[in-house]
Amino acid sequence: MKKNNYHRVIQLLKRESVADVFISFVAVVAALLVGAVIVYISGSSPYEAYKALYEGAFGSTYDFCQTLTRTTPLIFTGLTVAFAFRCGLFNIGGEGQLYIGGMTAAIVGISFTGLPLYIHLPLAVAAGAAAGGAWALVPSVLKARVGAHEVITTIMMNYIGILLCSYLANYPFKAEGWIAQTNVVEPSAQLPRLVASTQLSAAIFLALACVVLTYYILYKTTLGYEIRAVGLNPDAAEYGGISVQKSIVLALVISGMLAGLGGAGEVLGLHKRFIFGFSPGYGFDGIAVAVLGRNHPVGVVLGALLFGALRNGGMVMKQMTNVPTDLVVAIQGIVILFVAAPEMFRIFRRIKKGGIKNAF
Amino acid sequence: MLSSIVSLLTATLRISPPIALASIGGAYSERTGIINIGLEGMILMGAFAGVATTHFVGNPWVGVLSAVLAGGALGLLHAVLCIRFKANQVVSGVGVNILSLGLTTLLLQVIWGNRGASDSVRGLRPLSLPVIRDIPIIGDILGEQNPLVYLMLVIVVVAWLVMFRTPLGLRIRAVGEHPEAADTVGIHVHRIQYMCVTLSGMLSGLGGAYLSLGWLNLFSQNMSAGRGFIALAANIFGKWNPAGAFGASLLFSFTDALQIKLQGVGIPIQFIQMIPYILTILVLASAVKRAVPPAAIGKHYEKGEK
Repeated sequence: MKKNNYHRVIQLLKRESVADVFISFVAVVAALLVGAVIVYISGSSPYEAYKALYEGAFGSTYDFCQTLTRTTPLIFTGLTVAFAFRCGLFNIGGEGQLYIGGMTAAIVGISFTGLPLYIHLPLAVAAGAAAGGAWALVPSVLKARVGAHEVITTIMMNYIGILLCSYLANYPFKAEGWIAQTNVVEPSAQLPRLVASTQLSAAIFLALACVVLTYYILYKTTLGYEIRAVGLNPDAAEYGGISVQKSIVLALVISGMLAGLGGAGEVLGLHKRFIFGFSPGYGFDGIAVAVLGRNHPVGVVLGALLFGALRNGGMVMKQMTNVPTDLVVAIQGIVILFVAAPEMFRIFRRIKKGGIKNAF
Repeated sequence: MLSSIVSLLTATLRISPPIALASIGGAYSERTGIINIGLEGMILMGAFAGVATTHFVGNPWVGVLSAVLAGGALGLLHAVLCIRFKANQVVSGVGVNILSLGLTTLLLQVIWGNRGASDSVRGLRPLSLPVIRDIPIIGDILGEQNPLVYLMLVIVVVAWLVMFRTPLGLRIRAVGEHPEAADTVGIHVHRIQYMCVTLSGMLSGLGGAYLSLGWLNLFSQNMSAGRGFIALAANIFGKWNPAGAFGASLLFSFTDALQIKLQGVGIPIQFIQMIPYILTILVLASAVKRAVPPAAIGKHYEKGEK
């Protein structure tokens, strides 16, 4: 009977999706353990730090709403990375696309007055998406046409985009005062708050809509089928009559649009204006979110919730225990390294089978 | 006019080591077939280890040594994940970068209690070369530079000689072009890969040490600022050749030097700061079509696979 159960577990683990969830789960636990060692070495109590982190993330309704607020941009940037990855592309340009999308949404939000909400708000959101997509266009065309590695070009576009936003927020669109930020967008372009006295805005619905939409595009449309075929094997896809170049450009541009929407959500929902430095690195967090979520839209939501909780709880941890919030970034890096090398987990099985000596 | 050109060239050489050393490391790693996106994090970790060690020990040369070791450790980590555990090389490299950024920013606050920058430490003092400094123009450019700049020039020559004029270099290139064939003639494919990826980390760490100890004498948050990625572009532009990578690094450093010179001429600083990044994209766009990477790049090699 017991053996039967054991076999059932093994059969279950053989199913790819279940194995994926299992690997992600073990990676998170392992990364948190390594994080605990880092906290201990730097002279604090890991128990106190993680306790403060947990309470900061989920301790009360307010904390939970704040966690969801941090989760929202991570859903967007996680989808950004995951969508491109399905086409075999690594979009590390989410940060720049997020900035450009946020700035463009802010400009549209400020510039038009007297428009009704049902026109102004969609216009500002769409402008953010379009700008994010446009920012991904250069790397996508270079990848499709000459094969320039998208990791390098999207990183370079990050620097260019952030510098451009710095210029726009410091000169032409600068609000009165010392801070590099724009004026508050018109009320007709603001995403409403959902829970009083928290920062949670309707941007989270926009994020969840994008989850459904990316799932639909990837798995229910011809375009999505072609994108995934190119991601699995570009040569076979080409042979099968799919235009690889077209798929690359579309995948990266849609990916950029998702990041641009994330920027628009932050600007129109959370801050109501563009503030230079509004992202603590959401574009890069998106990599960890997507890797952890195994590039699946639903996995992205779970990954975003985890890192949103870490980001939000991290601030409380910093106040209570003096452990810097950057621990969260280190944990992200470790999660990525663990998930990147699933072979590592096979060692555990081999240890069980033949002792440590045969495991390596 | 001449003096401003000379000062621009001097600045170019002074700026070049982090990018040049990392791009040579990238050439060695990718020649064995392992993509190394983690150069950026290895530079950053090296820069941090250099300053932190100097802070505690007091001798910047011990700091340089520790930077090389820290970079090498990250290189070895990347190698183990890619070779032993068959990780996706790009994902692993990105993980190395994020881990380095998080860890250095965290430790910066633990040691100095400041998220922006560390305290100043003793840096490496420039070296004045007796005969060379008296030669006109060349003396101005080469006569008085940081010792690591001279070390970099030696490394460029040695790296080129090893790769193209020694049996070891032939083996390295064989591994990246055709691992099965290399294996058949008795080359230890994985051993060569481990060696070269670790070396790429050590060279990047040395570049990081120069960034922090040879330049500002402190560590500041995320001070590598994309140099590892620019080094990757330089490696491609230089066709996976240490000498070519060095030449391309000088080009990027030149725009960086120019960028610093141009600050304060009336153009908003943001547009001037964009120049090196725009150039990287332009260079990549024009170079890639002609650049042929090692045939087995990015592929995992398993002994006995057909």
